[in-house]
Amino acid sequence: MNLEPTYATHFFVTGDPMIYAADVSILLVSAAIVFVLTYFKKWGWLWREWLTTVDHKKIGIMYMIAALLMLFRGGVDALLMRTQLALPNMHFLQPEHYNQIFTTHGTLMILFMAMPFIFAMMNIAVPLQIGARDVAFPYLNAVSFWLFFFGALLFNLSFVIGGSPDAGWTSYPPLAEVPFSPGPGENFYLLGLQISGIGSIATGINFFVTILKMRAPGMTLMRMPLFCWSVLATTILIIFAFPVLTVALALLLIDRIAGAHFFSIFDGGNPMMYVNLFWMWGHPEVYIVVLPAFGIFSEVVATFSRKRIFGYASMVASMMAIAIISYFTWVHHFFTMGAGPGVNSFFAVSTMIIAIPTGVKVFNWLMTMYRGRIRMTVPMLWTVGFIPNFAIGGASGVMLSVAPADYQYHNSYFLIAHFHQVLIGGTVFGMLAGMYYWWPKMFGFMLDERLGRWAFWWFNAGFYVCFLPQYVLGFMGMTRRIYVYPAHMGWTEWNFISTLGAFMMGVGFLLLVADILYSIRHGERDVTGDIWDGRTLEWSLPSPAPHYNFARIPVVTARDAWWAMKEARKRGEALPDARPLAPIHMPKNSGLPFLLSLSFFVAGFGLVFNWYMLAVAGFLGVGLCLLLRSFAEDKAYFIPVEEIARTEAALGRV
Amino acid sequence: MAVVHEASDAFNVREHGHHHDEDALRIFGFWIFLTSDLILFACLFATYVILSNHTGSGPTPADMFDVPAFTAETIILLTSSFTCGLATFAMHHGRRGLMLTWLIVTLLLGLAFVGLEASEFTRNALAGATMQRSAFLSAFYTLVGTHGCHVSFGILWMTSILIQAWRKGLAGEIPGKVFIVGLYWHFLDVVWVFIFTVVYLMGVMR
Amino acid sequence: MRHALLRHARRWIAALTTLGCAGGCTPEQVLLLHPAGPVARTERDIILLSIGLVSIVVVPVIVLLGYIVRRFRDRPGNDAPYQPDWSESPWLEVVWWGIPIVIIGILAVATVRQTFALTRPPAASGPPLTVQVTSLNWKWLFQYPEHGIATVNYCEIPVGRPVEFVLTSNAPMNSFWVPQLGGQEYTMAGMAMRLWLQADKPGTYYGHGANFSGQGFAHMHFRVIAVPQPAFARWAREVQAHAPALTWAGYQRLVQPGLARETAYSSYPPGIFAHLVEQEGGMYMKHPAYGTD
Repeated sequence: MNLEPTYATHFFVTGDPMIYAADVSILLVSAAIVFVLTYFKKWGWLWREWLTTVDHKKIGIMYMIAALLMLFRGGVDALLMRTQLALPNMHFLQPEHYNQIFTTHGTLMILFMAMPFIFAMMNIAVPLQIGARDVAFPYLNAVSFWLFFFGALLFNLSFVIGGSPDAGWTSYPPLAEVPFSPGPGENFYLLGLQISGIGSIATGINFFVTILKMRAPGMTLMRMPLFCWSVLATTILIIFAFPVLTVALALLLIDRIAGAHFFSIFDGGNPMMYVNLFWMWGHPEVYIVVLPAFGIFSEVVATFSRKRIFGYASMVASMMAIAIISYFTWVHHFFTMGAGPGVNSFFAVSTMIIAIPTGVKVFNWLMTMYRGRIRMTVPMLWTVGFIPNFAIGGASGVMLSVAPADYQYHNSYFLIAHFHQVLIGGTVFGMLAGMYYWWPKMFGFMLDERLGRWAFWWFNAGFYVCFLPQYVLGFMGMTRRIYVYPAHMGWTEWNFISTLGAFMMGVGFLLLVADILYSIRHGERDVTGDIWDGRTLEWSLPSPAPHYNFARIPVVTARDAWWAMKEARKRGEALPDARPLAPIHMPKNSGLPFLLSLSFFVAGFGLVFNWYMLAVAGFLGVGLCLLLRSFAEDKAYFIPVEEIARTEAALGRV
Repeated sequence: MAVVHEASDAFNVREHGHHHDEDALRIFGFWIFLTSDLILFACLFATYVILSNHTGSGPTPADMFDVPAFTAETIILLTSSFTCGLATFAMHHGRRGLMLTWLIVTLLLGLAFVGLEASEFTRNALAGATMQRSAFLSAFYTLVGTHGCHVSFGILWMTSILIQAWRKGLAGEIPGKVFIVGLYWHFLDVVWVFIFTVVYLMGVMR
Repeated sequence: MRHALLRHARRWIAALTTLGCAGGCTPEQVLLLHPAGPVARTERDIILLSIGLVSIVVVPVIVLLGYIVRRFRDRPGNDAPYQPDWSESPWLEVVWWGIPIVIIGILAVATVRQTFALTRPPAASGPPLTVQVTSLNWKWLFQYPEHGIATVNYCEIPVGRPVEFVLTSNAPMNSFWVPQLGGQEYTMAGMAMRLWLQADKPGTYYGHGANFSGQGFAHMHFRVIAVPQPAFARWAREVQAHAPALTWAGYQRLVQPGLARETAYSSYPPGIFAHLVEQEGGMYMKHPAYGTD
């Protein structure tokens, strides 16, 4: 499976040498992967250990790898755009290429980078933090991952086959309708998102149930780590928001392939209804991807300040408030539709209100550090870097919420700067903090701190150099999504600086990759399982955790459960866990999630090109997989006590 | 599947009777799924309400809806929900044969419903009221059709569970499965009540 | 207090933009801060107010962060207090729930007031002028029902008179934006939206489509030329007398995707604007504005 970046078809058609190179490199990388897997006889390993796994930890790792690949591809998109905009009237990209690139950049970054990254962190940390052996529905979890994977694959395939979508990541009709976007590109967009969206809903349900029903004894809701709270808030948002996206995409798809008139100009269609539906999902979506980042910052800041999180109840309340209010702000994405001053006032004020709980969180993080002992590790760097970033991004968000002012900012570079500041400064910084933080837990070794610091500083500095000028450009009247701009507007210098910043961020990303590659060989091994002196239950386990996580389900007596256990141990109060081991009931691996999602992919591919026989075949495959699962008998097994004892002894735990 | 092991650990209750616990989890999860499915239908309803007078050159709801036909569909589906409830009731009393009978009745009623709806759609489409004609028709076929697809899926699903219950009896996972498919069926019934009211009744009364 | 704040903010912003523009652009090119009419001025003022208000939170946060990170580092010999279990303080919580609530309260009042104000025509000397705007792929058509003339990709307006732009689209949605005169509004098929703008001083103002509409989108800029009333009347007469007529066939050619030069037309097929809006879904909507035709 190849997820390398490519704009192949279109550039290929025009014979751009850069893209020939990209094309060739994709082929070479794919061939290399196949060769390595074959040569080292790893196909069986790949199938048994990864493609069929239902272990949340492995699924989390796969999400993370996919997210990093998509971050790379979306980043290359960004660099191409910034190169085109470095100077006025550049001829680096043609408008159709530019339009495709910003469309895929946005779609990838939100749906195929941010979403899998939060799912990665959820999968890696939530069951360990609540003292569970897996999520509530491990099989469904695998289905979710593979639906995401094949959805992303379908979307990415558009570069090689058929042409990519070019109506913007929001894909507004009527532009995205057949008369204005006749190619298969939009179909790729709609179906890729639809397939991965089904997976997202399933993940939402899965983690909602996991957090509510699978907590270890003694872990009341108000003793849960804040990351779990943030995930709970996010899953609520997913459960209520994603079906709306499903409908918006489905209706547009029905318009496109069946000739219906939901959003067309003629025959009674109403394009603005799509815009409403899209943002009824889209605004909660912003919080879906940023709340888990808030959760991660809360974990990191407490751990590396060696202090309890400040204002825990306030943090919980603010997250829940954000989750609820975020359903009542969607119109601020189109104040300029002119829905009337009453409507605009309502949504302006509701948007401002959401800034209040967000601001409270920032103060609570600050106060957590206050009178703490701050260790500036790489996860902490990303967290500290996030705070000014988010303060500025949040401030520009409040500015945007002022409806009359938004008439001036809307669709300008001010808006672009704002949402990149909150999405990069919030989500990306948060996910990278989480990745560095939980990396030892995932793999048993640390990422190199020195390289990590270099990566952070390049990325963080590049961020400001890239996006602060864009605020100015917005004030200077530069609109988004233009591939050339005139020379006399005074935009040139700011654009040039912004492009430099983008490349600095690119260097930061390369250093991050270098850090990973370097640390695989040279990273410090984590033998204690608690390398950061952590506070929550995941640090009570060996790194990486055994596949059943907890040999004995822990009993929780306090918030920051593991910290409390360590304190008790220091005081000599803790008795060794005398409970005998018991056989552990675990789900069996299954190839069905992979095959089910593959069938969805086939059906989606058929629909993209209106090849209905192929689509029917795909749906039959889906049905068959569902039936096989329904009739399956042997879905779980018990790990015998001897094996648990052996594993624990090998890990140095008795 | 009943693996017997010594009850030794007060906190490992989850290991015991894991079927029961897993059923509880699944039922809870399924309720959450129904919530999100409800949102999906709510969006389709909203779309329909907005577009229901966007009839363009095509027929209006009053021109198109056939009162006896949709009344029959409604009665059939409501009855099937009742028989499905009887099946669950029989299951709780351990009466497998009775449960199977009621499930079969439910399935037959479901098939009749889908058949009636398909014939209604075909009749309208042949009369020129296709979904390509106007926004109202697009919204009508999509909303009612999505419900119809749900029912059709439910029929296939219930059939598969019927076969399993017939082969394996009421052991292990079967009661949970019957209960969940029953929840699904009742949910579709509730959605239909709204379709009956918002689409059909309000359509012919306008 | 609010006005003092505004004045301060304005001075700071001016200083900063001058500094920032040292590279080659001029402060006047920061269009949002150099309004040429009452609508843009109102919007500029509320922008500055909002910058001032958010700074009350943002600046202390950043300063505080710098201080805390320096003071409480885990260094040997750091004598700063360390209280690992200090995690609740009702008073502090009240402070930082309270301050944002007050700030947002002030901003909300200003926002609601201006949101309503901007739907009314700006106060001015003359009666309003109506201009019907249609976004096409990828050009702008302006119709003057009062004079029966039309222009493409530029429009002339009289100084000091409120202009009622009535916006629609015969192509994918766009957005009509002339930053120095005021904020934008969408142009949507089947809808006729009203946007009040006014120029207070003569000049040529940059306008651009702001909502992406496909391949030629980047080229959808237009000029708004504000001239004194007599010059405007003269210009309209000249167009009526000398420009070619826009025929139905000519309109159909304009609708075809492509770019267009600035053009003026002495007349246009009557009723095309309303007809277009009706056909493309207008018949199902309540319209805030049609203008006269």
